[in-house]
Amino acid sequence: MPHDHHDNHLDPMDARVRALETILTTKGLIDPAAVDAIVETYAERVGPQNGAAVVARAWTDPEFADWLTRDATAAVASMGFTGRQGEHMRAVFNTPGLHHVIVCTLCSCYPWSLLGLPPVWYKSPPYRSRVVIEPRAVLAEFGLVLPEETQIRVWDSTAELRYLVVPMRPEGTEGWSAEALAELVTRESMIGTGIARAPEGVA
Amino acid sequence: MNGPHDLGGKMGFGPVAPEQDEPLFHGDWEARAMGVVLACGALGAWNIDESRHTRESLPPSIYLSASYYEIWTRALEILLTRHGLLTETELAEGQAMDLPAHPKRLPPERVPAVLAKGGPCDRAVTAEARFRPGDRVRTRVTHPRGHTRLPTYLMGHTGVVESEHGGYVFPDSNAKGEGEQPQRLYTVVFDGTEVWGEGGEAGLTVSADLWESYLEHA
Repeated sequence: MPHDHHDNHLDPMDARVRALETILTTKGLIDPAAVDAIVETYAERVGPQNGAAVVARAWTDPEFADWLTRDATAAVASMGFTGRQGEHMRAVFNTPGLHHVIVCTLCSCYPWSLLGLPPVWYKSPPYRSRVVIEPRAVLAEFGLVLPEETQIRVWDSTAELRYLVVPMRPEGTEGWSAEALAELVTRESMIGTGIARAPEGVA
Repeated sequence: MNGPHDLGGKMGFGPVAPEQDEPLFHGDWEARAMGVVLACGALGAWNIDESRHTRESLPPSIYLSASYYEIWTRALEILLTRHGLLTETELAEGQAMDLPAHPKRLPPERVPAVLAKGGPCDRAVTAEARFRPGDRVRTRVTHPRGHTRLPTYLMGHTGVVESEHGGYVFPDSNAKGEGEQPQRLYTVVFDGTEVWGEGGEAGLTVSADLWESYLEHA
């Protein structure tokens, strides 16, 4: 299965990708330095820390939260988060009665500009097939058990709109700064397969 | 197409099994594959809809067993040969003649700007919207052979339009090179019981973002 792919020096894909990159470079179609720059962007600059900053700001700045509700693309762009696979953003807010979960059943659509590259499980058949029919069972595999009365809304990203879940702010964080709150915002909580960490979970 | 990618509601794939402290890439080749795919996309020979369709058109046995970056790599090889940028022989032999830089080769200094810009897909449409928020709509049963973004698990079901987003590039035509033909896009919400009958969990709603021609009044 896909998630069984781990570092393996005998992986035939290693040779295949190396050969492809080499001939593309020879033919003048790609510059390996551009490939380096792309990899570096997602390794160092574009990742879940972006989304966490947006969520923490929404928790502490009601005007921003309102803007995020009305026009998420512009609201997150104001924080410098734009670009590939985040061109058209929507933010959906969890409440005690309604929990949002994001999926792309048809491929792997994911809000790159806010969460970076998707994890393997998000792109793999078990999650994509099951979360639209048995989300509670899937969330339980992430250790998340919601109250029975909480409704679940699954958003299948079938077009170019990309979704960010704004989890509920944990109790016991009154007066915290946005920077401190951002540490509680996990990637899974912004996909909907988790919730924000409780304060005591932070050292 | 009802391909292997169309996974909503399918069974038998086992647990989700999220990996603890998952690395960004499992091996250097995944990082290179990701970067090479994006760098080749900048050549402008194909659009995102054609690349999605190429991935979902891989043989089902490969699509369902390959890692996602393997799917990306295999589809890239097909796109490159289809568009005349590489030959089958070059791919098979791993050798090619030295050529000067392609006019659209992505230079490293442009990477930040290109990634920060992305590829917006919203387009102006002048025709009046056929549906409004609150309308009950049914998804059309068409089973197109080519690319489509209406998942089969939502085909023929009735839902409610929640919001209208204006015009967006129509993937079904764009993937075939038949132009963007933008249509209005709607978020449609379906009750879990409507989609799954007794098979779904209680208290579930599922939404999808669907183009106007996928829908009819219910």
